[in-house]
Amino acid sequence: MLELIRVNKNFGGLPALNEVSFSLNSGEITALIGPNGAGKSTLINCVSGIIPCDSGKIIFKDQDISRLPAHKITRLGMTRTFQNFRLVPRLSVLDNVLCGLTVQAGRSFIKAMLRLPATRHQERRLRLMAQEALDLFGIIAKADWPLAALPYGDKKRVEMARAFVAGPDIVLLDEPVAGLNPEETAEIAALIKQMRRNGYTILLVEHDMELVMKVSDQVVVLDSGRLIAGGTPEEIRRNPLVLEAYLGKIGAAA
Amino acid sequence: MTSREKFTYFIFHHRAGLTVWGLAPALLFFPFYYDNPYILGITNLVAINVIIVLGLNLFVGYAGQISLGHAAFFGLGAYGSALLTVDYGLRAWPAMGLAALLVALVALLLGGPVLRLSGHYLAMATLGFNIVIFTIMVQWDEVTGGPSGFAGIPPLTVGPWIIDDEFRFHFLVWAITLIIITLCLNLVRSGVGRGLAALAVDERAAAGLGIDVKKEKVKIFVLSAILASLAGSLYAHCFLFVNPDTFGIFASVDFVIMVVVGGMGSVWGSLLGAGLLTILPEFLDIFETYKDIIHGLILVLILLFLPQGFVTGILDIIRTRLALKRRQNA
Ligand SMILES: Nc1ncnc2c1ncn2[C@@H]1O[C@H](COP(=O)(O)OP(=O)(O)O)[C@@H](O)[C@H]1O
Ligand SMILES: [Mg+2]
Repeated sequence: MLELIRVNKNFGGLPALNEVSFSLNSGEITALIGPNGAGKSTLINCVSGIIPCDSGKIIFKDQDISRLPAHKITRLGMTRTFQNFRLVPRLSVLDNVLCGLTVQAGRSFIKAMLRLPATRHQERRLRLMAQEALDLFGIIAKADWPLAALPYGDKKRVEMARAFVAGPDIVLLDEPVAGLNPEETAEIAALIKQMRRNGYTILLVEHDMELVMKVSDQVVVLDSGRLIAGGTPEEIRRNPLVLEAYLGKIGAAA
Repeated sequence: MTSREKFTYFIFHHRAGLTVWGLAPALLFFPFYYDNPYILGITNLVAINVIIVLGLNLFVGYAGQISLGHAAFFGLGAYGSALLTVDYGLRAWPAMGLAALLVALVALLLGGPVLRLSGHYLAMATLGFNIVIFTIMVQWDEVTGGPSGFAGIPPLTVGPWIIDDEFRFHFLVWAITLIIITLCLNLVRSGVGRGLAALAVDERAAAGLGIDVKKEKVKIFVLSAILASLAGSLYAHCFLFVNPDTFGIFASVDFVIMVVVGGMGSVWGSLLGAGLLTILPEFLDIFETYKDIIHGLILVLILLFLPQGFVTGILDIIRTRLALKRRQNA
């Protein structure tokens, strides 16, 4: 489904990603873990085309997307969330989710300005899709709220709804439970599992080991831009390299 | 749903259209009730400014960019119509269309490189463009008439009617303005509009939503330039005379102030902003004398305290408060 082959990215000479290779299996959740500054967000940014990688190949749907601009990659069927919110405070909750259907809504200014019956009809269809997504993520009751009035946890849900609403082939989630309390984290975990049951392929970047162990099929571990391990959650839990590089650091920090 | 709920739902769902259709008869009957040509002259100018501010608000308020050069597009439309009708003998309506097309081309050529900039740099670049166009209007006097202006522009005609007084122009210009308001309302309620709003927040995130950021910015820039050009043509055929002073950088700043007073990204706010800032100087002498100072102060105060613009800023605060209250009660 998605395959990274020897991907490199340097920031001012310092390697943020160093010869990273791994692949995602269709219909599974792959978790990407690693200490702060390991390069996880950088990896998601490279895959989604937000920043270009320096070398290597990223194969998505039998095509090298490593040189494609972000909007083209999205149109191929890959969506993402951000570690920090990138929602539109001025729009309502529903309209924010509708932003995830920008590709489906079409790009013609003239059609949009004339709002002919076909456009109206399509808008109604997209609205239904967005409402369904809001329902799935449990925030339908707040559909017409201005985004600014939502509590933090609900904004995370809006972001997820926006990423899933278009029915993408791959979703990249960058720390979807960062800053949430254990109860909210459990709810998001259930939602992520639900999305897997619905057939989505997900790359989950996460700090929360418990969540990762609970939901993922496969785990890959990044440390200082290098991929140091990969396997099932059980294997990763027992891997001494991981314990040292990652869990050890957490232990030291705790 | 009960019939009452259905009724409220209908009103809510069609609120934009209903407001336009409510405004139309009010505007239709206004001159019969109050046919003072001086007043109509001012309200006609309001309509022309509304057209520019609508376009500029899409670009500034909705897409989050900045332009201090829209008076140049306004001027190009006005001089374009003047030259094409007087020197090239074109009829007024085709001239207006051709002028708008040429302005679109200029905006396209300018937008490509300039829209890579943002913030202060974009402001300076568009300001520079305005200065260049203004200087051409003043200096190239064998074509433009120079500082003394360009006279003898023919009035518009619609079928058998010659639109040569304020009364007739009122109907024409407001009809056009209402159509453009409707088009703009449709645009902001569409996927394109939501895309522009997302782009204003964060260009990279917008690209992640599948938006071709570079292209969309150029498109909305061109659209706003076309609207300014149409307004310019209407201005030329309204006053039958144009002069470079109308199209200088202070005019550009005034348009931005109208956007800010009305509210960033608010179509109805554009109407209010353009109305307020066009009408007030006519009635308040202090406003006229110290116009530039007052405009500057308004701009600074609003941007300091309500960066989303005056009307939208206040509405947003109210809406968020209400929702927060509901959240507490829930
Ligand atoms: N835009 C950037 N410019 C320079 N350095 C960056 C940039 N983005 C990330 N880095 C650096 O790359 C490394 C990896 O960062 P990041 O991918 O955000 O880590 P993670 O998401 O795993 O916490 C860090 O050392 C960070 O300082
Ligand atoms: Mg990160």
